[in-house]
Amino acid sequence: MKYFYTFFACYESGLRVVFCMRGKSSMGQTISEKIFSKSVGRAVKAGDFVEAAIDVAMIHDITGPLAVKTLYEITDRVWDPTKVIMLFDHQVPADSIDAAVNHLELRKFAKRQGILNYDVQEGVCHQVMVEKGHVLPGELVIGADSHTCTYGALGAFATGVGSTDMGVALASGKLWFKVPETLTFDINGRLGRRVYAKDLILTIVGDIGINGATYQACEFRGDTVKHMDIANRMTVCNMAIEMGGKTGIIAPDETTATFLEERAIGGDFALRSDDDATKVVRRYAATEMVPMVAKPHQVDNVVPVTDVEGQHVDQVFIGSCTNGRYEDLKAAAELLEGETVARGVRMIIIPASRTEYQKALKTGLMDIFTDSGALVEAPCCGPCMGGSFGLLGPGEVGLSTSNRNFVGRQGSPGASVYLCSPATAAASAIGGEITDPRSH
Amino acid sequence: MVGPKGGITGTAWKFGDNIDTDAIIPGKYLVLNSSQDLAKHAFENVRPNFAHQVIKGDIVVAGENFGCGSSREHAPLALRDKVSIVIARSFARIFFRNAINIGLPVVECDTTEIEDGDILHVDLEKGSIYDETNKKEYAITPFPPFIKNIIEAGGLVEYVKSGTQLEKRERRETETDLSW
Ligand code: SF4
Repeated sequence: MKYFYTFFACYESGLRVVFCMRGKSSMGQTISEKIFSKSVGRAVKAGDFVEAAIDVAMIHDITGPLAVKTLYEITDRVWDPTKVIMLFDHQVPADSIDAAVNHLELRKFAKRQGILNYDVQEGVCHQVMVEKGHVLPGELVIGADSHTCTYGALGAFATGVGSTDMGVALASGKLWFKVPETLTFDINGRLGRRVYAKDLILTIVGDIGINGATYQACEFRGDTVKHMDIANRMTVCNMAIEMGGKTGIIAPDETTATFLEERAIGGDFALRSDDDATKVVRRYAATEMVPMVAKPHQVDNVVPVTDVEGQHVDQVFIGSCTNGRYEDLKAAAELLEGETVARGVRMIIIPASRTEYQKALKTGLMDIFTDSGALVEAPCCGPCMGGSFGLLGPGEVGLSTSNRNFVGRQGSPGASVYLCSPATAAASAIGGEITDPRSH
Repeated sequence: MVGPKGGITGTAWKFGDNIDTDAIIPGKYLVLNSSQDLAKHAFENVRPNFAHQVIKGDIVVAGENFGCGSSREHAPLALRDKVSIVIARSFARIFFRNAINIGLPVVECDTTEIEDGDILHVDLEKGSIYDETNKKEYAITPFPPFIKNIIEAGGLVEYVKSGTQLEKRERRETETDLSW
């Protein structure tokens, strides 16, 4: 246990009093506590209610309008236009007049406030925020979207908030938080052939449960995580919210630094959780993991793919902020190359951003996809949230690389959605039924 | 809206565990931004009669983890006009925040014995719920003082407006073409 000395010098009525305190250091801090301490300007610990300064705020086409409405109830200027990022991804290009009106109003807002608006051009919010360098290690980031926790892949404390919270933050640059406890996931070993970060996080969500990490920061560490690239770390952090987590977070390292090198300047790359701050640790062996599938209608309803093999599928969707990156598309293409999508199956592939789309285009993945009979769409959320195109009809079964399978999430409340990795999705599209990707 | 000090009386609509935000308001209605429009589609996929039959003042009662899933504030908004309070064994984090922030009272309480259609009296001041139908009384988990202050102010916007934490900003004329 570390000890430290604190000296307070205090001058009062000309009398100098010196206090000398010697004692146990207060417990060390987790990454999350360190980020909040920096943001609040004093040492804070889990359980404290704080008002913290926001480094970056993200709004999109669905939750943006309500946030702006709240802002205007308080004031008429955002606190700092350089710290607000806007983009449209959920209903893109506008798929209804209501959506078009929301886009119009938000465009006006961005212009008036001088906010960077990527509009419909760049892709899914969380992918764009990370790849454009808007998030740095050690920052406190909020987004008006629950999967904002994805940015923890870069060592930021990033969390999703509602529109009123966002409106208040846009007005003041600050927001109240309860500093969360940290739940640490220590994952070691190599993932086997055709077993991916998605299978890892599905295993964890299945184990912890949809409610198991409510209000906690989910910190992922261990050599499996250490060896993951940023794309895979994003997949892992993305699904922290599916356990109720306030954020997913991974300590920044050389991989993070290399990723951010060309994208942004700054960030605290030395952030670590102190050993004595880590209380609850769950350990997992990556070597034992297998391809997993979340069955309808709950994300923690997770089973090995072998349990649901042979389940007929009507639609297969590869994309979303969970698994729409180049690495995901590549994993799918390895299986789809020279193969065709089964008759009667619709396969929809949507790269998560323009950048990822272009990478896939330049490396020939798009040829593989279109040759196989898949539909490739421009970057956006697509069928993931069931508000736009690619919806499932009553009684249909969808297989998706996204993160949620609640009733009605991808269309009809009478449809069923299974969640899996891009490789499992590709193998299943070829087979017309849920298929173990290791059989290819 | 019912203030935290007033008593609330209403009929229970009982739901199970893990009622997610897609169940409360399906994604296709997220283009709507007003509570009145959203209320027409509340629980549409899981309890299609809810929106038609709910009476102002009714109470939503649920099990664990109510409101899990997305950050859509459309979910508590879809309930706020008609539902006087949501009582659940536990809430998902973002829904809980959102509800408090927009002034929809939410309380945690063991709801196992409360049934659909029970008449409930909620006394937030005393911290109890009396179920007139089964004649049982339940204790409510009290709010931390910080959250109590937000509720008493009538929501986060009012809290911030009345508080000192917002530096006073010079308010410019709001442009007239603003439709929200
Ligand atoms: S891809 Fe899906 S989960 Fe991700 S931001 Fe879009 S709708 Fe939400």
